[in-house]
Amino acid sequence: MHILICGGTGCRASASETIQNNLQETLKIKGLEDEVQVVMTGCFGFCEKGPIVKILPDNTFYTEVKPEDAEEIIEEHIIKGRKVMRLLYTDPEKKEVVSDSKHMNFYKKQIRIALRNCGFINPENIDEYISRDGYAALGKCLTDMTPRLVIDEIKASGLRGRGGGGFPTGLKWEFASKNKADQKYVVCNADEGDPGAFMDRSILEGDPHSVLEAMAICAYTMGATKGVIYIRAEYPLAIQRLKVAIKQAREYGLLGNDILGSGFSFDVEMRYGAGAFVCGEETALIHSMEGLRGEPTVKPPFPAESGYNGKPTNVNNVETFANIPVIINKGAAWFNKIGTEKSAGTKVFALAGKINNVGLIEVPMGTTLREVIYEIGGGIKDGKKFKAVQTGGPSGGCLTEKHLDTPIDFDNLIAVGSMMGSGGMIVMDEDDCMVSMAKFYLDFTVEESCGKCTPCRVGNKRLYELLNKITEGKGTKEDLDLLRNLSTVIKDTSLCGLGQTSPNPVLSTIENFYDEYIAHVEDHKCPAGQCKALMQYVIDPELCVGCTLCARNCPVDCIAGERKEAHVIDAASCIKCGTCMDKCKFNAISIK
Amino acid sequence: MAKVKSLADLKRMKEELQSKMDLREKSNDPESLVQIKVAMATCGIASGAKEVMDFLIDVTAKRGIQTVVTQTGCMGYCYAEPTIEVKLPGKDPIVFGDVDIKKADEIVEKYIKNGELVDGIIPVNYKTIDN
Repeated sequence: MHILICGGTGCRASASETIQNNLQETLKIKGLEDEVQVVMTGCFGFCEKGPIVKILPDNTFYTEVKPEDAEEIIEEHIIKGRKVMRLLYTDPEKKEVVSDSKHMNFYKKQIRIALRNCGFINPENIDEYISRDGYAALGKCLTDMTPRLVIDEIKASGLRGRGGGGFPTGLKWEFASKNKADQKYVVCNADEGDPGAFMDRSILEGDPHSVLEAMAICAYTMGATKGVIYIRAEYPLAIQRLKVAIKQAREYGLLGNDILGSGFSFDVEMRYGAGAFVCGEETALIHSMEGLRGEPTVKPPFPAESGYNGKPTNVNNVETFANIPVIINKGAAWFNKIGTEKSAGTKVFALAGKINNVGLIEVPMGTTLREVIYEIGGGIKDGKKFKAVQTGGPSGGCLTEKHLDTPIDFDNLIAVGSMMGSGGMIVMDEDDCMVSMAKFYLDFTVEESCGKCTPCRVGNKRLYELLNKITEGKGTKEDLDLLRNLSTVIKDTSLCGLGQTSPNPVLSTIENFYDEYIAHVEDHKCPAGQCKALMQYVIDPELCVGCTLCARNCPVDCIAGERKEAHVIDAASCIKCGTCMDKCKFNAISIK
Repeated sequence: MAKVKSLADLKRMKEELQSKMDLREKSNDPESLVQIKVAMATCGIASGAKEVMDFLIDVTAKRGIQTVVTQTGCMGYCYAEPTIEVKLPGKDPIVFGDVDIKKADEIVEKYIKNGELVDGIIPVNYKTIDN
């Protein structure tokens, strides 16, 4: 038998280590230490009801266990085989006691559809993909379904583009299928560029065949015979795995001429991008594929009409494609039941920042931020306070405490001033300055603007300069109005998604953290203590004992004072390195 | 390798491959193989998954444990890379996080040889499309 104890940060804070010791002690006393092992695990994600203790092999799941419960667990459960009822989890809705974690609602929060094979199959072995229903959806489409039926199925599923825009995929396919041409193209957009997002890379590295299969299905619906995957050259492993997958699929006859004896032919090639954010925009991506500068052009004409080489082209994102085979195999109705009314299915998020369980998660649309951050993500690092979460990368906005219970879907995020984007989620705590955060994203967009439109090329640069001025304590209240006006102009007058959304981080931080901006421009203070220029180290004369340690360690000799008397920092010469604060043994130095 | 010429071919192939995998997965035969999957996406490799995989292949062979070590994609537990999944015959698979060579050695010696669990287990927190 095994006893598992959660060793996640939350459970550790409520004494899970003591519980482990107590269990081991009791086992020793009872002479069971060789038969029962006590093991500490990673976070169960159920921090709200921690500490968690789980007994194997019967999967009994005890919640809110206290160190003094250890004896009873051993005595009753391990020796007598009776579950300790009072420690079992009670389902809040059904009011029933659940003893087996597999039946707990909580563990149904994540459903892996796009990630179904990631971390499960060997991505370089097509047999493993086939054994998990791989290429069955393509087979079904080619043999039993007309292109029209396939499009109707995708439309009925309610699948929307996972790259950020959220455009209905079925509709996009329909447009591309209606345009007549001698050659059409299917393009997979694998130009993942949001800082902090890596779901597309993970799908391509973990399950490349799912994307190839979906591209073939898409090609069948629109009458294309060629597919192109546009991928960043900075994803070498994903490229290599795709190459292996394409080769294997060709060997098996799942790519190439007359696939599965249906008369349908399709093959895929790859194009490498140099890593420009703007090339995630479909018209810019197509120009880059053609060997031109990666600059967007006006739509219409939409790629469905005139895309790659002037031919009808359908561009979908990696995660969108990864959903397709499952929809065909399990049916649109099955897929549509997951998620919310207007956003069906699941979304993959890359959790990053000040969160305990940094990682890749997949949740049904409509899951709240609170569930994602506190239950799946294991809460904020080091027990700090949650401040904001940035979704949608440089195009998105930040969401705060008051948005924690908003169900996440395409429309809700836009309604609260952010957006889904490709699914990056960067969590920030009380130590993060929102002005600096906005500045970080503007730095990124200034770098990534293609330069075609003046508002984006020049305007974003000006936004960045204003933010920089504010973080240096030189900003004024008028600058805040200027930021707002300029942001609105950039949004209204830029051609593509990059410029239309790049001021979002500025606008949403002004909206949600106006006080913090005011503190910067009026009090010349950074409440989070992150803007170096606004920090001031001061010595509390009450606490200082005059040990001279700070003065001796100061690299610029800006601390003065006699032995055994309170010292003073000369703010004008201080370089804010923080050495004095680290050295002080009396906590007499603080940041103001 | 034979080409897949029709949907019927593909279905037959799936059945064959699945029963082969099932045999591996569901067998209660203590003689059957131990399966180890190493999460080898860019993130895993950057944290040292390749060294761990080489070590596992090497050490299980040297110590005479019948094992299949394969690579797989990202399991999603980026905070605990490298991650590996160990499936002992007849048991549920278990994922271990933060597996360096020392930890891998411990897992082989304790869990794989004697069925004793070691610290660092990552509990499963999602459901699949099959259930």
